[in-house]
Amino acid sequence: MTILPESTDKKLGLVIDLDTCVGCHACVISCKGWNTENYGAPLSDQDAYGANPSGTFLNRVHSYEVQPAEGEAQLIHFPKSCLHCEDAPCVTVCPTGASYKRVEDGIVLVNESDCIGCGLCAWACPYGAREMDQEENVMKKCTLCVDRIYNENLPEVDRVPSCVRTCPAGARHFGDLGDPDSEVSQLVAERGGVDLMPEQGTKPVNKYLPPRPKDALPEFDVLAPFLEPVIAEPKGFLGWLDKALEKI
Amino acid sequence: MHPAPSVIIFTTFSGLGFGLLIWLGLGYPSVTGWSAFAFFAIAYIMAVGGLMASTFHLGRPERAMKAFTQWRSSWLSREGICAVLALIVMALYGAGLVFFSQQWTLLGWTGALFSLLTVFTTSMIYTQLKSIPRWNQTILTPANFISLSLAGGALLAGQVTAASFLLLIAGLIQMATWLVGDTRFEQAGTDMASATQLGNIGQVRAFEPPHTGTNYLLREFVHVVGRKHAQKLRVISIILMAALPVILLLMPFSHFLALIAVVAHIAGVLVARWLFFAQAEHVVGLYYGQR
Amino acid sequence: MPKDQPEIDLSPKVSDEIRKTTCYMCACRCGINVHMKKDPLGDLKVAYIEGNRDHPVNQGVLCAKGSAGIMQHNAPSRLKSPMKRVGPRGSGEFEEISWDEAYEIAAKWLKPIRETNPEKLAFFTGRDQSQSFTSLWAQAFGTPNYAAHGGFCSVNMAAAGIYTMGGAFWEFGQPDWDHTKLFMLFGVAEDHDSNPIKMGIGKIKKRGARVIGVNPIRTGYNAVADDWVGITPGTDGLFILSMVHCLMKAGKIDLHYLAQYTDAPVLINSDPKSPEYGLYLRDGNGKQLVVDRNTGKLAAFDSPGVRPDLSGTHRAKGVTHVPVFHKMAEMYLSDEYAPEAVAERCGIPAKRIRAIAAEIARVAFEEAFELDHAWTDFRGEKHEKMTGRPVSFHSMRGISAHANGFQTCRALHMLQILLGTVEVPGGFRFKPPYPKPATAHPKPHVGMTPGAPLNGPHLGFVHGPEDLALKADGSAARIDKAFTWDNPMSSHGLMHMVISNAHAGDPYKIDTLFMYMANMSWNSSMNTSGVMEMLTDKDENDNYVIPHIIYSDAYSSEMVAYSDLILPDTTYLERHDCISLLDRPICEADAAADAIRWPVVEPDRNVKGFQSALCDLGAKLGLPGFVNDDGTQKYADYADYIVTHERRPGIGPLAGWRMGETGLQNGRGAPNEGQLDSYISNGGFFVEHIPDGANYYKPWNQAYQSWAVDMGLYDSPQPYLFSLYVEPMRKFQLAAEGHGDIQPPDHLRARIKATMSPLPIWYETDQQGNEGFTINALTQRPMAMYHSWGSQNAWLRQLHGRNPMYLPTRLMRENGLSDGDWARITSPHGEITVPVMEMAALNENTIWTWNAIGKRKGAWALDADAPEATKGFLLNHLIHELLPAKGDGMRWSNSDPITGQAAWFDLKVRIEKTTAPKESRPEYPPLKSPVGKGPKDLAWKVGK
Repeated sequence: MTILPESTDKKLGLVIDLDTCVGCHACVISCKGWNTENYGAPLSDQDAYGANPSGTFLNRVHSYEVQPAEGEAQLIHFPKSCLHCEDAPCVTVCPTGASYKRVEDGIVLVNESDCIGCGLCAWACPYGAREMDQEENVMKKCTLCVDRIYNENLPEVDRVPSCVRTCPAGARHFGDLGDPDSEVSQLVAERGGVDLMPEQGTKPVNKYLPPRPKDALPEFDVLAPFLEPVIAEPKGFLGWLDKALEKI
Repeated sequence: MHPAPSVIIFTTFSGLGFGLLIWLGLGYPSVTGWSAFAFFAIAYIMAVGGLMASTFHLGRPERAMKAFTQWRSSWLSREGICAVLALIVMALYGAGLVFFSQQWTLLGWTGALFSLLTVFTTSMIYTQLKSIPRWNQTILTPANFISLSLAGGALLAGQVTAASFLLLIAGLIQMATWLVGDTRFEQAGTDMASATQLGNIGQVRAFEPPHTGTNYLLREFVHVVGRKHAQKLRVISIILMAALPVILLLMPFSHFLALIAVVAHIAGVLVARWLFFAQAEHVVGLYYGQR
Repeated sequence: MPKDQPEIDLSPKVSDEIRKTTCYMCACRCGINVHMKKDPLGDLKVAYIEGNRDHPVNQGVLCAKGSAGIMQHNAPSRLKSPMKRVGPRGSGEFEEISWDEAYEIAAKWLKPIRETNPEKLAFFTGRDQSQSFTSLWAQAFGTPNYAAHGGFCSVNMAAAGIYTMGGAFWEFGQPDWDHTKLFMLFGVAEDHDSNPIKMGIGKIKKRGARVIGVNPIRTGYNAVADDWVGITPGTDGLFILSMVHCLMKAGKIDLHYLAQYTDAPVLINSDPKSPEYGLYLRDGNGKQLVVDRNTGKLAAFDSPGVRPDLSGTHRAKGVTHVPVFHKMAEMYLSDEYAPEAVAERCGIPAKRIRAIAAEIARVAFEEAFELDHAWTDFRGEKHEKMTGRPVSFHSMRGISAHANGFQTCRALHMLQILLGTVEVPGGFRFKPPYPKPATAHPKPHVGMTPGAPLNGPHLGFVHGPEDLALKADGSAARIDKAFTWDNPMSSHGLMHMVISNAHAGDPYKIDTLFMYMANMSWNSSMNTSGVMEMLTDKDENDNYVIPHIIYSDAYSSEMVAYSDLILPDTTYLERHDCISLLDRPICEADAAADAIRWPVVEPDRNVKGFQSALCDLGAKLGLPGFVNDDGTQKYADYADYIVTHERRPGIGPLAGWRMGETGLQNGRGAPNEGQLDSYISNGGFFVEHIPDGANYYKPWNQAYQSWAVDMGLYDSPQPYLFSLYVEPMRKFQLAAEGHGDIQPPDHLRARIKATMSPLPIWYETDQQGNEGFTINALTQRPMAMYHSWGSQNAWLRQLHGRNPMYLPTRLMRENGLSDGDWARITSPHGEITVPVMEMAALNENTIWTWNAIGKRKGAWALDADAPEATKGFLLNHLIHELLPAKGDGMRWSNSDPITGQAAWFDLKVRIEKTTAPKESRPEYPPLKSPVGKGPKDLAWKVGK
């Protein structure tokens, strides 16, 4: 049903560390693999070996170049999937009730058997988190691996979304952002986690940890003491050797 | 936004069809028998045809009945309900006119109200979307849809004076919608910096896209082809939609000129609706460095 | 749950069975859990692949390539059957044949060669992960012409590391991720090492430690680096030596470490007139000599209790001997390495060089720490603690693939050693079986006897001119001219020279070219068009100049079309393999480990693991070691070899679960029939941890040395000193100076003298013919693609379906280019016309593109209008295996003059804007696909 719950018991979501993401696309493909074989219809690919291959992906990694006023340009890899918003506009626009936000944990899901493929939820999402599968003609989106995180057939340590489990750099964190004491909430607090497009009023649950300041090695003047020459005057290498060896 | 023919046809013709139904429900023109049948047939072909066209937009049209369930939150669901109610009520009302030469006024007014609500709810499907700032104009987008529906309905209903007047108003609202719409994206405050939250480091530029090929999002939301002709198309649209029909209506009445006026109006609205979609920029384009 | 929320199954069955094996989607060799599900017919099918949490390499994580393995395993490009060529070479026209017929054809070509002149077979195995097996086969055949792809990959890094300290990066060692506080990364191909580097960077970042990236291009690891040094390509060595200059001048080097564990105190002959000028002073046993600070007298470096003196000199028989450390000080304190002197060439401001050197000094010495591990060194001295210097480095191809790469890699290894960060906590640590110095490796062997095996392993480490692979007349014994005066220390061979040498008949003609997993007619060659011509060129009798080509690959690569006989390999999920300690193992700094692949599914095509095919073919040819005494086939297949083969008594391809006298044991032991089952039930790998106290200072740590002997890594303890000074290089220089019987040709003398410095130097690579070509052009490997393999993968090719040429902002502006425009890129060798894109985070005089995205039409079962073929392109067309003519009548190889490493990254180009052609250029006619084309759409789900 498409009325948002007034509150959810938990706010499960992801915290994505833009300081650490190396842009390897591991999360993208792991997601594709898991969600092709699990919840709902497989994520299909059209023209898979042809001129214009285009498939359904629930998670994609963008990259941005940022040019500071001074200093070198930076490249930032930017994974993006459903942010499981508290005020999810994709849910309320749904005419059939296929889209809903779970009361237990805040996960936004599509009940594919109710989906008429009108696409309005994708229109309503400012983040591009929903993609219409071109084979099944239903809307697909990140399920936060709802079929993993509670799955009793998986060892407890594996009950996390597949993108989190696979991320080699540890740039993705999963947890309850509604609990201020959870590890993810602590991380957000420590690192100043932010919302994407806050002005859209969607109140995303997923948070992004901004990159730490780059190219911030102190100027040489500050570090100079660490390179103080062994001998002040150039007395040739024997003088240096003599001084250098006094240190042993 | 991708200007899909299905949604352009849907909004144009269902607007006209329900517009005509509004006038018929209010008793303009006051017709019965075959004459009433002709008017109702035109209205239903347009309204139902438009609605049918919209189902081409659905991935799973066979499940369309489910769309009536979420009236409490979804404008699309409300639109469906209003449309069905309007069509049922107006069918009864029309049956009275055609078969019994009876004008059940209350029924007509009720049908007109639901027809108006249908147009309004259609407009709200677009108006509600914050993600598409051009559409997200609380007053103008509904006014644009309703004024065009009423004007087009009047034109079809042969209400010359009302049509002339309403066409002018609809034309003015259309222009206002465009002009205000042009500023909406900036006003919304969503830009590369807010999308990425990287603006405090410096100027943000999209580098490699996530995939080198295209995808559903780009096909659906990032449509730049033809936008460069937008200003010309706006002029053409206004001339066809409002100016030309008004001039034709001011000329001595002839069925031929009226037909031209109707055709011109429909063509003008189709162009406007193409622009409505083609010029609408979804904020998701920012993630791809496009608008 | 609210009543109107749908009920969903939160605990669906994940799979019917999990089979654990080793990934082969790149060179990293992670452990994977292959989830199998029953399809509607009840057959177990591969459904989902994830990382194996218990595996030492990836500890559960998995990259994009690994997760996309299912699409590789099911790719429509898989070869289906042995094939023989029926159309002209290069057309792609084949006829499917049986394995028997395939072996028959191969034997018909190979048998006469073996009986008359085995060198007529050139057997090169590309991205082979079974080199200890394939080299054994080549040895048994008797040809000297065997190598894998190291020569065109990263031999500079590997050889420089082995010669300097007994190991290099990646498979040889890794940063101490748990303790390092400053990690400096020079140019590195993403899969060297894929997941472990990402995991390591993640760990470091979590601790807030600093990462410095040195790379002309700020992508991937360099994008997350805290500091980025956008260096000018090919000048890394100069930058490193300048930091060495700063650190030495400031005395920020670990003198104790240098004195105890390196050859810095070892005496060398300093008499320029002596025929032994520059050689170590040794005792009667050949041991290096030092001056003992306790006695002031000469002593062998490893005598108990010796405290080597860094400054003590020794005069004997009229010759003064000075420690290596003297030479280093003379060399690196010189102002030619001052930051101000190198800044412009490196493209790094002098102050920045000093700042980075200072930060290294600060972390290495101010943040030094101690671990409470007692240990005893090889001289018998006991240490209560281990001192940590938390600075670590990593690098691979970026600095290797230049013609000055060997010396640059040496410089980097020297920098680590000067700081005392190798094999100490927080620094760089070896992985077993390393450390293993050059002297503990074999020398190259080319002793050939018709009808008999070669006299020893093909590849190894030379220690002077006497070890070169030369025929009696001084010509090259090997087809690739490895271990010749052209490139004396070419430890991995020169695969990139094989086809052009064979075509030219220089040093000699061959009869059969036998290759495995090497896409030589496309992205694995320089001068791609030229290679295609060489492969199809005919002599005056209308015979192919290279008469026979046998090729084994699992997929319909571009090289298939250029071969006469195809032996179809399996996918990595259908085969046995061993990731062996005899080869390129998967060990960790704290553990020895090896692993297997096993057929988690049986092939559904008429294909066979290449190694199993070699067992069959070896038997058919009657190769010693591949037949029993009665002439019957010895190894039924590769799995049989893996379990039963013994390299030395008690040492086999796999170290785990061997048969001891009292039961199963690890390391040494007799073959165990159930060994593979033990591996499978342990998750596909074996790991044996190094005890605490043995796990640092490995080259000198008695506890480690005896553990390694127990494990069978060595047969006796082999402590050694790090070689800041590589004496074999000095021996080659001495020869070039006219000493000794084995003399280089005159045209190479000057180059040998200039480049073979026994202490690391930097020199500008050969710029002959580069006039007017001023822009550096590079390739990088995308993290989600492995060479040409990714494009046949329906998921991965969506990530990188085409490759723009990335230009820095300055070059975009200067050439009036904007995104999507096309440019003609010209080198002294050729030109390409390609789409361009702007990139600001890029060295301002460097352009680059993704490697091996461009595809030949008709290959890999892709449509001919696939973007890989129409918009993608190779930079290879601009690179030649030979340098431009010098006017001396000779064309010099585009390789490092020391190791023969292919100098991919020395390319210089110029750029002009051009109108967009229909397709990127050069264009080639389509190949006929021997496997047809892939399906239009995919909706993949096994367990419906």
